[in-house]
Amino acid sequence: MNQMLPNFFERFEWYTDIIMKSSAYLEKDISGFASLLIFFFGCFVVVNAMALVGGLGTYAERKISADMQMRQGPNRVGPYGLLQFLADGVKMILKEDLIPRNADKFLFMIAPALCLVGVFAMLAVLPFSSAFILSDLNVGILYLLGVSSLVGVGIFLGGYASNSKWSMLGGMRGASQIISYEIPVTLSIVGVIFMTGDLSLSRLVEVQGAMPYEWNILHNPFSFLSFFVFFIGILAETNRAPFDLPEAESELVSGYHTEYSGMRFGFFALAEYIEVFIVCGVAVALFLGGYNIPFSLGTGQFFIETLGLSAFLGEMIGQFLELGCFLVKTLALYYLVIVIRWTLPRLRVDQVMILCWKYLTPIALFNLIGVAVWMYVVDGQSFFVLLSKLL
Amino acid sequence: MFSSFELDMYIPVIILMFFAVVMVLGSLFIGRFVRPSHSTEMKSSPYECGEEPEGLAWSRFNVRFYVIGLIFIIFDVESALIFPIATVFQKFHKIEQGGAVLCSFLLFVIILLAGLVYSWRKGDLNWVKTYRSPDDDIAKS
Repeated sequence: MNQMLPNFFERFEWYTDIIMKSSAYLEKDISGFASLLIFFFGCFVVVNAMALVGGLGTYAERKISADMQMRQGPNRVGPYGLLQFLADGVKMILKEDLIPRNADKFLFMIAPALCLVGVFAMLAVLPFSSAFILSDLNVGILYLLGVSSLVGVGIFLGGYASNSKWSMLGGMRGASQIISYEIPVTLSIVGVIFMTGDLSLSRLVEVQGAMPYEWNILHNPFSFLSFFVFFIGILAETNRAPFDLPEAESELVSGYHTEYSGMRFGFFALAEYIEVFIVCGVAVALFLGGYNIPFSLGTGQFFIETLGLSAFLGEMIGQFLELGCFLVKTLALYYLVIVIRWTLPRLRVDQVMILCWKYLTPIALFNLIGVAVWMYVVDGQSFFVLLSKLL
Repeated sequence: MFSSFELDMYIPVIILMFFAVVMVLGSLFIGRFVRPSHSTEMKSSPYECGEEPEGLAWSRFNVRFYVIGLIFIIFDVESALIFPIATVFQKFHKIEQGGAVLCSFLLFVIILLAGLVYSWRKGDLNWVKTYRSPDDDIAKS
């Protein structure tokens, strides 16, 4: 059984105690039901946290862009305008739900839901901390690549079903861009798999150490390059500037969601902001050491032995420290993504495709071969280990 | 390691997808009671900068990504096939068989790279493909 969350709780006496007693009371084994409940609760927490992240993402985007352009940004609703996203949400619910008369109604209605389903399904394997992964699938990263294409399908369907020319062009661009940039991203990920030899995301994180020189990004020169290929790729896959061609507001009105109004548009926006957070989290897990924190504070041994806290409290503090470490790295990348959006001008559509196929894909293939040869020649030791042996 | 393959692990995935659907349907359902619904002929026409829409959007136009779509499929299948090689490489390297795995991997990637170079030379990766007819070559020489 590879269920992280229930396993984490089964280590504590009070949990097994409750399960034992209630099983005896009901004369049935309820451990399966209990873990289902735990999963349900975990999913509920994650979904709500992500909705909050998505909402605050829109706020952060507006506030940071305001900072960069010497404006105020949202500052009326709540302290510093922090509740702006709630006001936006209420406004969206109050808006009329328009469906164009020539649209394919069924596809038009399910397109935002498909986007959101794809994004939420990606959450299942995101490693927040060593015990808090909703489902540590043994094919984790492959699964992640698979469900992330659902978002592309949703975007294309949204563009196609609206039966508007702007939407159609945006949807076409979105589809071509998302499938093209999947190639360099996948090849970069394969390089990481070469260094790890496992597909589950928790293994991918644990192979790396806590210190920056133990991270995959600094493992060897090729993985250093492939992080940047990966990062450019995920910018394009989530339709972020400078690759926001599917929704380029200055040429396509607003691209694939031109015809969407109210909450349906809101779901597209929410899905995009959550997806950015998730892919930043994946980048952190693959290249930047994930949730590892130095001096193995994450296991909680330090708090239990030195500070004399109870086992449960100590391990919980460890888990929260790991979660904090993961969030700090991920939000730093999120900040970088937003800054890039407000710094770089948008690429032309042919330049986007040329960048993918003539630059990123050959570079990614070169990195992949480089990583493979490096792992063979130096027995998988990292650059800094080799350096320390030389000195 | 077939023992680690259990469908239980996909339960959170289903729960998360369920939450996504609930979120969409729920907020649309709540919205039904508070939002206006005065659809008119003008409102429900597709947006075309205020002009009367000219025909449907489902018309023919040059997609330009047709060949790139084909190349994508080749690359996608190939990356799906590289994943197992990458996964087992370390295990084989530990028992001194890493060279064989590396060679098969390199063979695989180089064939693929040759395909990419071929389509590049043919001009399929360009936005506008320039067709070269034999007459042009004769005219140049």
